[in-house]
Amino acid sequence: MPHNPVDRRAVLGLGLLACAAPLTSSAAQLTGAGMVWRANQSAWPTATDLRASYVYFTADEAAFVEAACARIVPADATGPSAVEAGVPLFLDRQLAGDYGKGARWYMQGPFGKNTGTQGYQSQYPPAGLYRVAIKAIGDHLSRDNGAPFHKRPAAEQDAFLKDLSAGKVDLGADADGKAYFTLLLQNVMEGYFSDPIYGGNRDLSAWKMIGFSGARYDQRPYVLAYGKPYPLPPVGIGGRPAWSVKG
Amino acid sequence: MATKLPSVDAVLVGFGWTGAIMAQELTEAGLNVVAIERGDWRDTPTDFSPAYAQDELRYYWRHELFQRLNHDTLTIRNRTNQTALPMRQLGSFLLGSGVGGAGVHWNGQVWRFLPSDLKARSHNLDRYGKAAIPAEMTIQDYPVSYDDLEPHYDKFEYLCGVSGKAGNLKGVIQPGGDPFEGPRQREYPNPPLDMPYAPTLFGKAAAELGRHPFPHPAANASRAYTNPLGVQLGPCTYCGFCEKYACGNYSKATAQTTILPVLMRRKTFTLRTNCEVTKINLSADGKTATGVTYLDETGQEIEQPAEMVILSAYILHNVRLLLLSGIGKPYDPATGEGVVGRNYAYQITSSVNVFFDDKILNPFVGAGALGTMINDFNGDNFDHSGLGFIGGGYVGLMQTGARPIETHPVPTGTPSWGADWKTAIARDYLKTTTVSTHGAVMAHRGNYLDLDPTYRDALGRPLLRMTFDFTDNEHRMSDYLTDRASEIASAMGGREIKANPRKGSWDVVPYQTTHNTGGAIMGDDPKTSFTNKYLQSWDVPNLFVLGATAFPQQSGYNPTGTVAALTYYAADAIKSRYLKASHQPLVQT
Ligand SMILES: Cc1cc2nc3c(=O)[nH]c(=O)nc-3n(C[C@H](O)[C@H](O)[C@H](O)COP(=O)(O)OP(=O)(O)OC[C@H]3O[C@@H](n4cnc5c(N)ncnc54)[C@H](O)[C@@H]3O)c2cc1C
Repeated sequence: MPHNPVDRRAVLGLGLLACAAPLTSSAAQLTGAGMVWRANQSAWPTATDLRASYVYFTADEAAFVEAACARIVPADATGPSAVEAGVPLFLDRQLAGDYGKGARWYMQGPFGKNTGTQGYQSQYPPAGLYRVAIKAIGDHLSRDNGAPFHKRPAAEQDAFLKDLSAGKVDLGADADGKAYFTLLLQNVMEGYFSDPIYGGNRDLSAWKMIGFSGARYDQRPYVLAYGKPYPLPPVGIGGRPAWSVKG
Repeated sequence: MATKLPSVDAVLVGFGWTGAIMAQELTEAGLNVVAIERGDWRDTPTDFSPAYAQDELRYYWRHELFQRLNHDTLTIRNRTNQTALPMRQLGSFLLGSGVGGAGVHWNGQVWRFLPSDLKARSHNLDRYGKAAIPAEMTIQDYPVSYDDLEPHYDKFEYLCGVSGKAGNLKGVIQPGGDPFEGPRQREYPNPPLDMPYAPTLFGKAAAELGRHPFPHPAANASRAYTNPLGVQLGPCTYCGFCEKYACGNYSKATAQTTILPVLMRRKTFTLRTNCEVTKINLSADGKTATGVTYLDETGQEIEQPAEMVILSAYILHNVRLLLLSGIGKPYDPATGEGVVGRNYAYQITSSVNVFFDDKILNPFVGAGALGTMINDFNGDNFDHSGLGFIGGGYVGLMQTGARPIETHPVPTGTPSWGADWKTAIARDYLKTTTVSTHGAVMAHRGNYLDLDPTYRDALGRPLLRMTFDFTDNEHRMSDYLTDRASEIASAMGGREIKANPRKGSWDVVPYQTTHNTGGAIMGDDPKTSFTNKYLQSWDVPNLFVLGATAFPQQSGYNPTGTVAALTYYAADAIKSRYLKASHQPLVQT
């Protein structure tokens, strides 16, 4: 099957463009049920195609998610932003697959109200919660002054996300704003810090920023090297950029 | 109609740590044994390839090695007046599934309980008087002593090739070891692992404060080792993917790396994987287990008759299978009567982060049980007079590999996202370490397990319901441990520390430990225990229940050393006495 190679910058900068064709042939890039490996099998992973377009997010969802990612881990001189690291594509792939469907989760009803210590109790699995919560956020903000989240200034976006995380934004009966923010933040951290095969942590950039050595198999030489900087660059399951054939 | 198979000497339900140990022991005694495991067959070369085992997302956050909750889970609540809701996603504990059970992804922290832990009620009554144990605290003595278990602890440590330093050899305190431990007959089979920078700083600070630091006993091999069964382990490479992950290096002791190469060759042993036991079958008078019923991979119902039934499915599944099979009297918290589900307990943990400016710690270099510990505040190793609690726990600095999705602590006042968060983790990740505490949970009248009235599993059977909360005793004890940890953390000389005490009710979300205990406890009295000291059911003498199910309460140490020792203790009694008078109780009432 042919796929639509989309320039990475186009995906990142213009989420709207990239996801204008959701559920296109790029679904063929997914292994098994949306993960880069097959669930419940011992199998070598196949890296996510970084050029591919979104398969789960709609245009509105992509715009929100990219804007939220850019505030959760913003761009600055310290290291990559979540967007630069590829987190929106990571999120899309996770939600498109088994994880998004909550395939391993217990999703039978009845659905009750969490006392506060009973964990995830949404009737929606992750992908569904993104869908209803982002829609509810859009509705909420349009009632407020009209501008959608991604068109607001950074300070306003930050303030909104803070309120969301504190449970101060009422998104109606269907979506618990605080539960959604908790999930979003967790997923952004997953994408930012996971192995690059999943589409985030592009070029091992987040690992380079903090100094994590990655999938290094033998650390014996460094156990007793007290206080010494670790001498090797990070490496992922698929190796590292310097190892790939150029051209 | 279920297909009925020919009878065997013993059938084991579940094939994790306890199942593998018992199968090895019983086949050694010449028995014909069938083990039934509901998860997959998995082994080091085929399933735990080091080429891709170091995948934090896949194995920890996406739970590839753990129980699939869409098949079955449990429901949870803190108190009886709440409605229990299903644990929809794994969190506080990570249930195992598949050959090797949770042992595949354990850390390898191998502890012995203190002699006084095994006498929790009488010891505390003797030392602190009646007022020390509130009426609602239903703790009990174990029906076995430390001396009973010592040879069996030793056997497990040698099976696993534990790396450590003895602190008490036959009553003589040894420099460099844990001076508080019970006497052991001989040294650990392997020397301690090499100790990285951060745990060394902890040890120095602890010693300066008058504490007694020592290297954590680790089932992560510090050198090449051949165990008494002739199975070999390779030296640990400190790759940092141990707890919650499978080891691709034959360095972490698991059923696969210590027992299976020998057991799987025995003609008298059969393992059936992807087969789920649904019921323990009883004779008409309810006094004999006739075998088990299971569903095979194709969903076909099969009956496996056996002379002896051994539950080794992990504590929560053991208890649920007893309840679903109608064995034993279910516990009722209103009356305090009944034994199945009684005395469910857990672990209480907390931590203190230490942030340095000038010390590169490389926290990703690690192993599951690598660290420097103190037991000065464990069990009754310190005077509890006036403290308002009993029990204790260990404090230590473990370097298990700071996989970054899970581990990126930030100082007090730093938000959990945004520009300031980013600056903080980029600055601190390599220079931050964490002191942790790991405390006992006493049994409490209101903490128990039963069947949920509403929620069902994929086969339509009731889920297990867990009603559990920390009580004042746990919170006071844990706060005390957190304070002691903070003292040492402060003395380590960092820029700042941040204490993370355990506050409020037990929450199913953050991972804490997979140290669930109780629910079919061992004891001397059939009214308050499900099994006798040999893990033999009082009601059904050819039924044995292995695992932390037997613990009357949970002490301040990780459970598996004691779980394994109790399994060997029971196996000994089965081999030396039970088989000579089969179906007879080993303890008369
Ligand atoms: C992340 C993690 C870290 C840990 N670290 C430590 C540590 O450092 N030190 C320590 O002491 N302990 C540790 N533990 C706990 C330790 O793993 C357990 O105590 C130990 O594995 C318990 O052995 P078990 O045989 O009772 O259960 P398991 O090893 O879990 O085996 C039970 C088996 O029974 C099977 N089963 C369940 N129900 C059925 C059924 N109906 N039919 C057929 N099969 C069934 C399961 O699939 C499973 O394979 C850790 C656990 C986890 C998850």
